[in-house]
Amino acid sequence: MSTWLLLTITGLGLGAMYFLIASGLSLIYGLMGVLNFAHGAFITVGAYSTWWTEAHLFSGVHSTVLRFLLAALMGLVVGGVFAALVELILIRPLYNRHIEQVLVTVGLSIAFVALVQGIWGTDAKAFVVPPWLHDTTTVAGAHIPNDRWVEIATAAVVLGLLQLFLRRTRYGLIIRAGVENRAMVQALGIDVRKAFTLVFAVGGIAAAVAGVLSGVYFNVVGPDDGTSLLIFAFIVVVIGGLGSIGGSAVAAVVVGLTQQYTNYYASSGVGDMVVVLLLGLVLLARPRGLAGAVIGARA
Amino acid sequence: MMQRRLLSDWLVPLAVFGALAVAPALSFSIPKVFDQPISSPGTLQLLAACVLFGALALTYDLQFGFTGLLSFGHALYIAIGVYLSNIAITDWHWNFWVAILFTMGAAFVLANVLGFVSLRVAGIAFAMVTLAFAQAGAVLALKDPHHWTHGEEGLGADYTKLPHAFVGILNTKNLYWLALAFLAVVFFIVRWAVESSPGRVWQAIRENEQRVEVLGMRPQLYKLQAFVLSSTLAAAGGIVYMLLYSGSTLAVTAPNFTLTLLLMVVIGGAGSRWGAVLGGILYTYLNDRLVAVGSSSTVEGLPHALRTPLEQPLFLLGAIFILIVFFLPGGIAGIASRGRPTGLRRLQEAIRPDPTLSAPQEEL
Amino acid sequence: MAVATRTLLSLRDVHVHLGQSHVLQGVTFDVPEGGVTALLGRNGVGKTTTLRAILGLVGRRGSVTLDGEALGSLPTHRIVQRRVGYVPEDRDVFTGLTVAENLRLAERDEEPRYDLVYELFPDLEQRSAQRAGTLSGGQQQMLAIARALLNDNRLLLVDEPTKGLAPALVAEVAHVLERLSELTTVLLVEQNLGVVRRIAHDAVVLDQGRVVHRSDAKELLEQPELVRRLLSVGA
Repeated sequence: MSTWLLLTITGLGLGAMYFLIASGLSLIYGLMGVLNFAHGAFITVGAYSTWWTEAHLFSGVHSTVLRFLLAALMGLVVGGVFAALVELILIRPLYNRHIEQVLVTVGLSIAFVALVQGIWGTDAKAFVVPPWLHDTTTVAGAHIPNDRWVEIATAAVVLGLLQLFLRRTRYGLIIRAGVENRAMVQALGIDVRKAFTLVFAVGGIAAAVAGVLSGVYFNVVGPDDGTSLLIFAFIVVVIGGLGSIGGSAVAAVVVGLTQQYTNYYASSGVGDMVVVLLLGLVLLARPRGLAGAVIGARA
Repeated sequence: MMQRRLLSDWLVPLAVFGALAVAPALSFSIPKVFDQPISSPGTLQLLAACVLFGALALTYDLQFGFTGLLSFGHALYIAIGVYLSNIAITDWHWNFWVAILFTMGAAFVLANVLGFVSLRVAGIAFAMVTLAFAQAGAVLALKDPHHWTHGEEGLGADYTKLPHAFVGILNTKNLYWLALAFLAVVFFIVRWAVESSPGRVWQAIRENEQRVEVLGMRPQLYKLQAFVLSSTLAAAGGIVYMLLYSGSTLAVTAPNFTLTLLLMVVIGGAGSRWGAVLGGILYTYLNDRLVAVGSSSTVEGLPHALRTPLEQPLFLLGAIFILIVFFLPGGIAGIASRGRPTGLRRLQEAIRPDPTLSAPQEEL
Repeated sequence: MAVATRTLLSLRDVHVHLGQSHVLQGVTFDVPEGGVTALLGRNGVGKTTTLRAILGLVGRRGSVTLDGEALGSLPTHRIVQRRVGYVPEDRDVFTGLTVAENLRLAERDEEPRYDLVYELFPDLEQRSAQRAGTLSGGQQQMLAIARALLNDNRLLLVDEPTKGLAPALVAEVAHVLERLSELTTVLLVEQNLGVVRRIAHDAVVLDQGRVVHRSDAKELLEQPELVRRLLSVGA
């Protein structure tokens, strides 16, 4: 029982990170039709900014918790700004040239990883976090590392904020409508392109959060972090349905839990393959994913 | 007219291949371009890699540039060539030629099965499924359940079982010729395939799949043909790769591997026969040599902030790639075709986000 | 009874290519200010494409001038901001949004005319919180028209608003359009000649991407032979 609980909470923690990445990807694809391979860069930017500012900018702050939070906040800001700049400089000029947009994000992802490796080397850096996160809390006999709670809580908060944003603000309305029918939004006199930059920024912030959390989860940050998480996030996005936040949340939980359970009860690595299998099955049965816009015609 | 066809179709490529074949006899060196004389094993190894990747890029272009299928999992088939042949020889102690046949057969079957499944969906979904299958392969290679691939260590090939001609530093020139021969074979096969009647359907599918359907043909079948041919040729390239590097490592299973092929094809020019080859050769060369540029005296003199990115070949290549996508979507080959839509401009169907929505069509 | 009026919208030699086909092959006509100008023609002649070309939803060559201002290569949203409303052929209401949200999204003016909208479409007011995807076809049509009505547009482009509707609803839509025509100029694509007869002043007929006939609407409809030849239907 205690093992199962540990697995479940860990799976949810993993799912939390996938959701954070997937939500941005999902919105970006749903609204703009861009499959953003550079999302991994946003994750890495968030992780590295937090790591760097924690050591250099806020080293004077005594409280570890405060120092960490400030650094994380910087990470989010840098992530959001970076993402917005990517959209403005690289994506916007290629409006409606979808294949070029995807390719540009591919190029950016490759160049970016190389850049990070050049500046900080290929080794992973130790991520400094408040010690409490390394402790465990005992629940029903299971020793749950505290960072899991933080990951789950953060993802839940982000999910809530995203839903609020989408349902209560004008830009949220524009985005929801644009995911359905971009041309008609334009035909109502609204410049959807502003929403594009916003969606990239929001995606960048969420990805940066995922980057910070991955640093907490794995205790290190490395140049490849973004890429490895990204693949699973893609799978979550597709299973959940492109353009649907709710779908991403559900799919993230499913994928995270499946991975954990299978990796443990079958053997390590099988979980990853099962997730891939799940993707294949979902796509063949329902090309729309669980809840989203059509992502590719039934061929 | 016939004269010109004969010239451009046969004489020119054969002349080029013939010229390239002479390389191992050239004992002079070209400073800055290569560190050592052309006929040295080091340079020949690099040239062999360049030529091999030219061929691999061309196999990818068959699906992408000619048929409009954007796959993120092409590396899977190369990896099958790289690993399966090696496993058969080194782990199972099979005869070399039997192992080759087995690998090609396995790749062919797998391409048919996975291709059939993947092509049930199109566009982004297809790209994602191919990525997922490749990822599954990567996980399998890493976790190595039967201790065949040796995971992160990689699997060195059992050189006692390889043909003597391909073993040993002195025989690097044979490996170079092998890679060159492979390129020539792939070049002529791809050209024959693309100009055949199924090949014309592939190109029609790239432009407008719906119209192909309306004309009564089933695009599925044709796409599968292109996919299987492309993947099987890639597996053969994987075998050459394994011979060239005397073993198998996980590098070929990384998603980045497929992405670098994509870069090669786009830089060279998607959908033009020699564009992908040129892209593959150029990319491989630059990847190797840009490290030297990075440590050259000019760059050393630059401030640290500028120097760091320039020392990273992948950064430069990624940046070049982005510039090409923006300003030269036809790639290098596009420069030669003067105004006709080439390269990415011809790829209408590969990645349209939602063909069913009433999205506005852009005037060409 | 044509009164000499200004020209509100003018198209000169407009060409549109969609994929390989040359859909509009030099469309030229004027839309006078006020009232309803009907854009007629058989299926597939390019009526919808003409409206989309005016809005910049498809690439075009040739000139489109709105109230003296050349629209050139202005992006769609800017053209719409010049007080042009659009009721597309497939309605294109946002099914995931509520009725109220659909309307809210369409707001452009300082004071959107909700009172007018709810006066003409009391049903929509009642269904404010209902998801547009659950509305009937007729209700969605009303919502699509209401969206265009919300703002003080000087030109409305309306594409086959009665398509697929039951006769009672057709009459309702015609009534609404009549009200609209008192307030603003309407360029109406319509296959239902009864509606055209009732509300249109001018008629422009397209065939194979060109304008082939131009006249007073009633004049045209009183010539069954002509109508049959141009539109392949009995009047």
